Amino acid sequence: MKKFLIPLVLFFGLVVFLAMGLQRDPREIPSPLIDKPAPAFSLPTLDPAAGNFSPADMKGRVWLLNVWATWCVACRQEHPLLVAFATRHEVPIVGMSYKEIQPQDVQAQTMDAPAKLQFARERSQVWLSRYGNPYVLSVMDMEGRVGIQYGVYGVPETYVIDKQGVIRFKAVGEVTPDILTSKVLPLIQKLNAS
Amino acid sequence: MAPVQIDAPRAPWPAWLCTASLAMWLVGHPPGQAWAQAPLSATTTAPVTAAAPSGVAAPGNGLGPQAAPLSEEPELDARLLMLSEELRCLVCQNESLASSRAELADDLRREVRDLLRQGKSDQAVKDFLVERYGDFVLYRPEVKPLTWLLWFGPFALLIGALVGLWVYLRQRRQQVDTTPALNDDERARVDQWLKD
Repeated sequence: MKKFLIPLVLFFGLVVFLAMGLQRDPREIPSPLIDKPAPAFSLPTLDPAAGNFSPADMKGRVWLLNVWATWCVACRQEHPLLVAFATRHEVPIVGMSYKEIQPQDVQAQTMDAPAKLQFARERSQVWLSRYGNPYVLSVMDMEGRVGIQYGVYGVPETYVIDKQGVIRFKAVGEVTPDILTSKVLPLIQKLNAS
Repeated sequence: MAPVQIDAPRAPWPAWLCTASLAMWLVGHPPGQAWAQAPLSATTTAPVTAAAPSGVAAPGNGLGPQAAPLSEEPELDARLLMLSEELRCLVCQNESLASSRAELADDLRREVRDLLRQGKSDQAVKDFLVERYGDFVLYRPEVKPLTWLLWFGPFALLIGALVGLWVYLRQRRQQVDTTPALNDDERARVDQWLKD
């Protein structure tokens, strides 16, 4: 073998490594919660007449948890896909309204907690009636504390939770048709069959 | 599309500006110069009262009104600051939890504060965050088999390079030692040239 080839091979090895590094999205942080039980919580829902919801209520079913908010732009982009997916009735989609009231909502800052919840419910309800409601119910995480339990760091985020209440998949950011057909749907079919 | 940032970082109030304005204030008010001395230079003939100007209501200790303490739990806050320097903000990834002004960082600091108040150790707080956000939240990753390459890789590379260099230099020296500079025929020709 010719000796001058050695640096050349090393160089191309380096190029391959760097090219692989460039392809990766630094925002995608692998969640340590995959294959761990979904953290328990009990939160009020969008419907004031209904009681609190907790993940234990979904035991025995495969379900999706979709973190959203009316102020979130990417949520609106993924929303039509969720609405279309919900009409197929493959799995129930539970929404989690994440910190609906933001610092820029000046008029809501001085409200007490029940009034804030009321304000958030009304605005979310308007948003869902305008863009369609894919959720069987939507819990209100006003302070974002349950979000922290689930490792939420950007909205939207979507979790697939199996019959035993274990998180099997997490998508950070918009769920695209590609993610839905290539990852979420096959996983749901597999989990439903088991 | 990338997930929406929960809150974009706002422009921070530059620290040098705070320091500069404090320094300027100190120049204008050297320590030891009492407030009462100010009217003395202005009107030397007027009788000077030794009391503080009537606008400043001094309490019993004579030090003037004091600002409220910044924190009601200084020890807890010191720990929170120490700990959050070592934790990464998930939204603005190259900032620590202590320096970030993103909303998620606020929430995480609140969470850490609550855990500390419950009497959790620093390690327990770190474990709490790692369980939810992964090793990524730690600015100083733990040493474990998964991170061996990260911790020791550079040293292994350095040692490998040094060994390679040593082998190469040794080979070259042997080559130089074993191959004579000139054979007899060449030596004779060089002698001939030198004579000419």
